[in-house]
Amino acid sequence: MNIPYVVDERPDSGLTNGKLGVWLFLASEVMLFGALFSTYIILRTGAVDWPHGELNVWLGMANTFILIGSSVTMVMAWASLKMHDFGKHRLYLTLTFVLAAVFLVNKYFEYSDHLSRGEGPWHSTFLAIYYTLTGLHGLHIIGGMIVMAYLLGPGAALYKKNPDQFTNRVENTGLYWHFVDLVWIFLFPVLYLL
Amino acid sequence: MDQHVTASAREHGAHTVDVRHAHAVDVHEHAHPELGFWRKYVFSQDHKVIGIQYAITGLLFLLFGFGLMMVMRWQLAYPGKPIPLIGNWLGQDRAPMGIMLPEFYNQLGAMHGTIMVFLGVVPLAVGGFGNFVMPLQIGAPDMAFPKINMTSYWVYFLGGVTMLVSFFQRGGAAQSGWTSYPPLADIAPGQTLWLVGMVFLITSSLLGSINFIVTIVQLRAKGLSYMRLPFFVWAQFVTSFLLLLAFPPLEAAGVLQLMDRLAGTSFFLPSGLVVSGKVLPVAGQGNPLMWQHLFWFLAHPEVYVLILPAMGIVSEIIANNTRKPLWGYKALVYSVVFLGFMSFIVWAHHMFMTGMGTTMSAFFQTTTMIISIPSVVILTALLLSLWGASIRFNGPMMFALAFLPMFAIGGLTGLPLGLAPPDIHLHDTYYVIGHFHYVVAPGTIFALFAGVYYWFPKATGRRMNELLAHLHFWGSFVCINLVFFPMFIEGLAGMNRRMYDGGAQYAHNAGVVHWNVVQGYASWGLGLFQIFFIINFFMSMRRGAPVGRNPWDATTLEWSAPSPPGHGNFEAEPVVYRGPYEYSVPGAQKDFTPQFEPEDGKRR
Amino acid sequence: MHSADDVKKSVRKYLTVGALLFMFTAITVAANQVHLAIPAAITVALIIATIKGSMVASVFMHLSAEKRWIYGALILTLVGFIVLMSVPGLTVMDSIGTPIQVPAAAEHAKH
Repeated sequence: MNIPYVVDERPDSGLTNGKLGVWLFLASEVMLFGALFSTYIILRTGAVDWPHGELNVWLGMANTFILIGSSVTMVMAWASLKMHDFGKHRLYLTLTFVLAAVFLVNKYFEYSDHLSRGEGPWHSTFLAIYYTLTGLHGLHIIGGMIVMAYLLGPGAALYKKNPDQFTNRVENTGLYWHFVDLVWIFLFPVLYLL
Repeated sequence: MDQHVTASAREHGAHTVDVRHAHAVDVHEHAHPELGFWRKYVFSQDHKVIGIQYAITGLLFLLFGFGLMMVMRWQLAYPGKPIPLIGNWLGQDRAPMGIMLPEFYNQLGAMHGTIMVFLGVVPLAVGGFGNFVMPLQIGAPDMAFPKINMTSYWVYFLGGVTMLVSFFQRGGAAQSGWTSYPPLADIAPGQTLWLVGMVFLITSSLLGSINFIVTIVQLRAKGLSYMRLPFFVWAQFVTSFLLLLAFPPLEAAGVLQLMDRLAGTSFFLPSGLVVSGKVLPVAGQGNPLMWQHLFWFLAHPEVYVLILPAMGIVSEIIANNTRKPLWGYKALVYSVVFLGFMSFIVWAHHMFMTGMGTTMSAFFQTTTMIISIPSVVILTALLLSLWGASIRFNGPMMFALAFLPMFAIGGLTGLPLGLAPPDIHLHDTYYVIGHFHYVVAPGTIFALFAGVYYWFPKATGRRMNELLAHLHFWGSFVCINLVFFPMFIEGLAGMNRRMYDGGAQYAHNAGVVHWNVVQGYASWGLGLFQIFFIINFFMSMRRGAPVGRNPWDATTLEWSAPSPPGHGNFEAEPVVYRGPYEYSVPGAQKDFTPQFEPEDGKRR
Repeated sequence: MHSADDVKKSVRKYLTVGALLFMFTAITVAANQVHLAIPAAITVALIIATIKGSMVASVFMHLSAEKRWIYGALILTLVGFIVLMSVPGLTVMDSIGTPIQVPAAAEHAKH
């Protein structure tokens, strides 16, 4: 049984199934992170005092650069496929994966630094929302890395059989990854700077 | 599988087959090796199998949730008396000497609501009917993402198991209402597993809603434009958007409550909260109201998730059994879309009593009044569809017809709740329970029964028994009204909800508390009448009268497929030539002109 | 959709946007060193973040070239998001807790 519009676009919508699916998923993610940002606003406006300077701004900034960089390499990974350069694609995708891993390592250092001083989520509502927001974001990074590992590993076999379908998968993964970057672009100033 | 081959062999004899279609059939028949038992019936990716899995699981949970309520009804009718039959099996921490403890009553209440809404009605209405019927009605071979479909069912199953297991943990199941308000829910037993279960259920729902939307946008058959879609598909379409955008805030809120319970945070705990004489050792500065906002941000659209598929089902059955087009198709479509949109901006009408100011209350009262308009339009359109009709009073139609006045009562009784001044008197009373049960029980659940009777022949190739259907209907109709109507009386007298003694301890309830006894017997009678349905369901699977493709002489696409449809659903690529409700077209030979029949009547 | 040639031209765009994003990040941190009043600080930070976010969305995610259905879903989401963001304000606004003077009650209280 053949499901149409997996690779080719449906004429009246101009979309493939996967692309529409990913955008809808991202819409739901906007509402998910939105609820947490909303929580942040409520907690902050209702707080008697709100901590400043508890987080390492430079580490946060470094992580921002890392994630933006990974977004660039991600879009290049897709662009390479469109230009039929599979080798370049694998290079860029691997780079994206590595940058994501570095991001997580930095976060590990951040978390363990706080936890060693007993500053867990229970310590204050600021830290509570900080851990929740960055924790959920971190889980999304891990999710993205799992998909990238699949595309670098067993999933890469699809390029031989159906290069267009593989390219679509990389594009859709990219859309998800850029969203993860987008969330961080807002998370960083809100949590670290304001 | 075999049925499909037989059907297509029969069909191909009758006319010449287009090469293009033959190719589709050819690829179809050779592409798939025979699947083993597990891949065919358990871990299936076929939307029909998944739909049936959802439907049967949903029906079982409905039965279980109903059972919880029947036990509650004993305590409400005869507070403090040992529960008959099962009282001694419940154990010391639930019902010592067979007498229900208040904590157990609270568990029954919270879990009855949770199970009925999240494990029963929505999985049946959306997962069951949506999955089975919608791809057939749009002429698709399956859903856009079959693997995700399968995953969504099994994640739902996991969520359901989690909820059931929660009864057996120390302290019992969740007992802070299905609404789980903090600070109580932050510290009460049973809540953690409830939250974990909810995360599973929400995930399942999100996967499903993405699948539904992509399928409807991308996989409609040739000629099936949006305004030719059966109203059932429109209803599922809007429902999916509601699920997609409204559930994530509850998922976030659930995570926050889990953090409060497990990581010691105080998202919802204010400073200086005293529990059992001691100040709670938490950071504080949390906001309990925030949970309510995030919860109701989902839970209001959720009630439209409960009703929209039901309206869709009822519409199909009414059109079919009046032998007339639905009145006001365009009005129905615009109304359901507008309703979906409005449902996101009315949620705080559940919170009028939280101390909100007049501006906010005015805003939400206004939006709530506005949202009643599309509901009334839809109901009116369905009622007007009966005018001048040749009504066939079969099993599905009885339930579909009853839906109309029952939903009307439910909807109308919502109006004083949606206005703040009367809500001051009625909030948290039995009036509220009566209101929402009228919409969901004789409303949605009746529509779901109608849907089962209507689409059972398509799914199994056999009819259900009409006599049993009528017995099921009349018994349920009488009993269900006896259960829920007195709630309005009790509520108006001021009887509070969620009281484990049924309000007996308050003097102001003295004049109405006797209704609890009536409701008790009515609910147990209601339970007995469901036996007719259960017997009918299983008996008809084996011994029901066999039917062909279109036993109801209906017009929508699902009736062009074999009963039951094979893998891939349609032998030839379906083409749609007209709207969905062309019944009694002037000048036509039959009193129905299906969507899939070409102009000149010749098969292509 | 995007052909190989279109994509080649876009590569420069991607790299340029990447560089711009780095720059804006540095600006955000620098702006933070200037201690503005909180409302101003929030406004500046959010404006910069929005600019960065829009660049990611329109260029990396090809949103500027996307189809109606995507836009439709996102506009719906945007509306939902705005409503969700207004929840905090609604939670605390409009004189919750401040007593309202009712003349008759005030009279009664005097006795």
